[in-house]
Amino acid sequence: MLRENIRMSWQNILNNKMRSFLTILGIVIGVTAIIALISIVQGVIDESNKQFVGMGTGRVTVQAFGTPLKQGLSFNDIESLSQIENVTGVSPNLSFNSSVVKDGNVVEDVVIEGKNEVYFKTTEDVISRGRVFNILDMESKNKVVMIDTELSESLFFGRDPMGENIIINGTSYSIVGILNDESSDDIMSMIDSSSAPNGKVIIPYTTAMTMAGIGNIFTIEIIIDDTNFMDQTIDKIESVLNQAFNFKEDSYNLINLDSLLDMMETLQGMMTAMLTGIAAISLLVGGIGIMNMMLVSVTERTTEIGLRKALGAEPGSIQIQFLLESIFLSLLGGIIGAILGLSITYIASDIIGIPFKINYTAIFLGVGFSAAIGIIFGWAPARKASMLNPIDALRSV
Amino acid sequence: MSETILDMKDIVKSYRMGDEDQVVLKGVNLVVHKGEFISILGPSGSGKSTMMNIIGCLDTPTSGTYLLGGRNITDQSQKQLARIRSKEIGFIFQSFQLLPRLSARENVELPLIYAHVPPQERKIRAEEMLKKVGLEEKMNHRPNQLSGGQQQRVAIARALANNPTILLADEPTGALDQKTGKQVMNLFKELNQEGNTIIMITHDINIAKYANRIVNILDGNLFEGDVNYA
Ligand SMILES: Nc1ncnc2c1ncn2[C@@H]1O[C@H](COP(=O)(O)OP(=O)(O)OP(=O)(O)O)[C@@H](O)[C@H]1O
Ligand SMILES: [Mg+2]
Repeated sequence: MLRENIRMSWQNILNNKMRSFLTILGIVIGVTAIIALISIVQGVIDESNKQFVGMGTGRVTVQAFGTPLKQGLSFNDIESLSQIENVTGVSPNLSFNSSVVKDGNVVEDVVIEGKNEVYFKTTEDVISRGRVFNILDMESKNKVVMIDTELSESLFFGRDPMGENIIINGTSYSIVGILNDESSDDIMSMIDSSSAPNGKVIIPYTTAMTMAGIGNIFTIEIIIDDTNFMDQTIDKIESVLNQAFNFKEDSYNLINLDSLLDMMETLQGMMTAMLTGIAAISLLVGGIGIMNMMLVSVTERTTEIGLRKALGAEPGSIQIQFLLESIFLSLLGGIIGAILGLSITYIASDIIGIPFKINYTAIFLGVGFSAAIGIIFGWAPARKASMLNPIDALRSV
Repeated sequence: MSETILDMKDIVKSYRMGDEDQVVLKGVNLVVHKGEFISILGPSGSGKSTMMNIIGCLDTPTSGTYLLGGRNITDQSQKQLARIRSKEIGFIFQSFQLLPRLSARENVELPLIYAHVPPQERKIRAEEMLKKVGLEEKMNHRPNQLSGGQQQRVAIARALANNPTILLADEPTGALDQKTGKQVMNLFKELNQEGNTIIMITHDINIAKYANRIVNILDGNLFEGDVNYA
């Protein structure tokens, strides 16, 4: 009997293709919206989270403006910061532009970055070839350099630059490594590298300080071991910095990506809730559309219902037939919506440039919602049909 | 005399109209035996349709007792009435009442679906019934591809499908021309001779005469035999 009911309900949907389609349009749009919006928002946030993580979670960037008496951080300050519990190390950021010369070829405005061994320990894939700097390079202010492919092309025209020498600011440096173009980088050099059209080199930061003629460091990154104790560790960092700058206000600035990530997570939760709310409203409207269509259908088919009853259909059987029809309609809307939503997500992901991922929560939400709507909004019309008096129904011809 | 299949005693049907009760059936008595072919003959407004609704278990009387196949029909739930209709009654309507989207065979299968007959058997039974009414060539035609007479035959096949206790026909020739009407009435006669019990409701004395027994209904009362109404 159930099989017959399913067949009859389905048949009736097919018999009224255009009307069925228009009826489910509301559900289609609602489900498409839920799936596309939630998936895209999720994808964008996941992707930016990933980039932030790549840029360095578990890192605190300190911009030390200093005071008129003390500009930047001294070696001692950096040493104190490295001694803090839960701090893996401190990586100074030092960057300026200079010209680079090889065999009479001059490249102007090359970005010179000073880094220490901590940077290479905590950042993956900085170089594609060669070796990274170690603590000895720092202590002996070695004249070693890593260059990027941009500069390598400009100076060596495809020859292997490894082991060659280049002249920066009048001093000869030996090339020990080639920088990886694809390197996921820390936040500061990421900003820098975007403004390094002529290429970039990295030298030991101690060497860089001598070259720039400065004694203090203005930007550092503090690498945190266990991010679960971020807040406590930041408190300790602040107390060291406060002492270093005599508790002067605005003498330094802390940039903490983890708190930014927390904020984004909250934002994502809010966005998802809001989108779900909007989509739920559109599904509600879709549901009312289905209910309306079902009521029309019951009225139109009064005679048919009366006839079926005269031929022995029990009220329950009529009710199931109509209920199934509305469930099928909304499920159909849900499935079409899911397909559309995923297609839109796929296209949008491609355009935005994030990886396409099927968001099962969103699909479950969309399809589940639409099925529920079929039951809720189909109930009353189905009940009405089942209660129709066959005499009145048959008389209406 | 053969087995009694329908026994109505003092059936009253009244409708509440405003403050007053309008009595449509005024204590009707009727006994029908297996194998009879009865016409219920009466003018418009006499209570024919009301009578048919009660016989067909689409409605229950206000008072009186109605036994169908030995079962008391008064005070049954809608669900039970549906089951009784499925088993005991084969309806034939004036306007055929075929579902336009379904083929002749599918239309005949409808009452079998509600009687929970399995699909394979349904198909066989439906084809058998359509053969019986002479439509073996038209099994897959839709109603709009059939003439009025053919449509009424499909309806008759449908009424026969569940092998009901009573074939209940309401003005079965009302929508047909005289010639086709005659053919349908001859089919009724044949079916009666094969042992089917038929109750036919009509206002047309010429149609009523095809039956073996005529019961007149006039203003809510039943009279056996010939009645002269002006
Ligand atoms: N649901 C109802 N409510 C009130 N009065 C009704 C109802 N159904 C029928 N009647 C009344 O009962 C009387 C008999 O009606 P019924 O339909 O049985 O007549 P009929 O013999 O079938 O007439 P016709 O040949 O025109 O179909 C009529 O006066 C009608 O107005
Ligand atoms: Mg009538």
